[in-house]
Amino acid sequence: MSREWIVNAALIAGLIAVPLWAHLSGEPFTITLATRAVIFALAAVGLNLALGLGGMVSFGHAVFFGLGGYSMGILAHHAQNFLPLYDGLFLIEGTKSMPVIWLVAILVSALAALLIGLLSLRTSGVYFIMITLAFGQMFYYFAISWRAYGGEDGLSIWVRNGFPGLNTLDPIQFYCLCFALLCAALWLSARIARSPFGLVLNAARQVPARVETVGLDGQRAKLVAFVISGAITGLAGALFADLNRFVSPTMFSWHMSGEIMIFIILGGVARLFGPVAGAVLFVAMEHVLGDLWDHWHILLGGLLLVIVLFGRGGVIGLLAGKAQSHD
Amino acid sequence: MSLLTLEQVTARYGAAQALFGVDLSLDEGEVLALMGRNGMGKSTTVKTICRMLPAEGRLVFDGHDLARLSSHQAARLGIGLVPEGRRCFRDLTVAENLIVAARPGHWDMARIGALFPRLAERQGQRAATLSGGEQQMLAIGRALMTNPRLLILDEATEGLAPLIRAEIWAVIARLKAETGLAILVIDKSLRELRQVADRAAILARGQVVWTGAMDALDHETSLRHVGV
Repeated sequence: MSREWIVNAALIAGLIAVPLWAHLSGEPFTITLATRAVIFALAAVGLNLALGLGGMVSFGHAVFFGLGGYSMGILAHHAQNFLPLYDGLFLIEGTKSMPVIWLVAILVSALAALLIGLLSLRTSGVYFIMITLAFGQMFYYFAISWRAYGGEDGLSIWVRNGFPGLNTLDPIQFYCLCFALLCAALWLSARIARSPFGLVLNAARQVPARVETVGLDGQRAKLVAFVISGAITGLAGALFADLNRFVSPTMFSWHMSGEIMIFIILGGVARLFGPVAGAVLFVAMEHVLGDLWDHWHILLGGLLLVIVLFGRGGVIGLLAGKAQSHD
Repeated sequence: MSLLTLEQVTARYGAAQALFGVDLSLDEGEVLALMGRNGMGKSTTVKTICRMLPAEGRLVFDGHDLARLSSHQAARLGIGLVPEGRRCFRDLTVAENLIVAARPGHWDMARIGALFPRLAERQGQRAATLSGGEQQMLAIGRALMTNPRLLILDEATEGLAPLIRAEIWAVIARLKAETGLAILVIDKSLRELRQVADRAAILARGQVVWTGAMDALDHETSLRHVGV
């Protein structure tokens, strides 16, 4: 049993124990905080596939987070106002069903990731960062000008959407749902990393030109990874909007892209549980330090600086040591 | 019919032209030594064959027009490259480096293990932790795992200890004798090249200036064009 395995197990145990304790002691706010951390972790697990495994430094993952959020917002908005989404050749109505909303969020985000990936993966390095950032800003300003869905003010949803057999208004039940999705995403991420596809992606990140000379289409592998990555982050966006019962253009902003990246850097790039550790640490700092000092981001910046300079494995690297090979 | 044919192939790096009409051919099962001083276009020729560099002229491999193909498509046709500088996937283990390149055919993990027992012993070890010689063996093993019909070795023994070099040359000789693989080899060790190569082609200033049987490569010619 490796040290990393123990650290990962401890993180999972903490994500089970703390909300359970909060539920038993009547602390719903702590559960909401944990839900926020889990949703952020899910978004970062998505980005970690592109960034950690594929080496694609996407500074535009807020696009998928926002698209997931707006998928939820638009569908729920139409459902709560009894307005059809489309009433032409056929009828499309809104919905308050979480599984349907998740499916739409995943499909919309995956499609956007496919289109953005097709264009942006023609570039690399700083150009890739800039082009993904540009896409993020395009969506951000589009959302601001989209008055039908609240424009700059965003869109409020009165009641949280439903999931068959669960009362999603109960914080612990909604938390369990988000936690289950995070576990599923982590499982998928681990499977991908160990699969032949994951090896191709890993090889394409290390020596892009050489992977082609052994008959592998590194670009296609990167595109597929980017699409899966976008879909997972989109799902997180739908959950985040449901948590807040509110969606706004800030979900598309570059700050959001930066925050998702910060979760990964804090936790450990390319480490399976790096995004989880990073998101938990971020939300804890936001809550604890944010209460003490309005300018807590300065401390976050300092911590990031220390990690980038002295501990590139992030929190997981600090606790579990260097990454093991894939054997 | 030749397995590989290059006719009047030209290539450039931006404004600088590197190949000025290279003519070359290689038959099935033949070992061709591509020779020449530094900067004469040997590695550039390899890059054009592997489609890592755009080129003009006629490039045909097994009846397929290489000019229409991307690098990975050329590799899938059966062109295996052992690149200069090894370039293993450093974060992958030895086994993963081989598995990632695997295509159906004669060469599999067991056969690579038999060819390079050192690799078989270090399957779970990360490529970055291997010695230079072992990384070179891994690069050759990885190229063989693609089950190529043409193996290109670009300076495969450069910078290696004499014993390791001897081991690599022995493997090349064994590949020639046992598999009938066509091999294009670039190296500066004329003595070893004489032992494995059937023919030689000498490049000077981006053109093939001499080609013929290895036995016909006399001292004067090699000294003038290769400087060995």
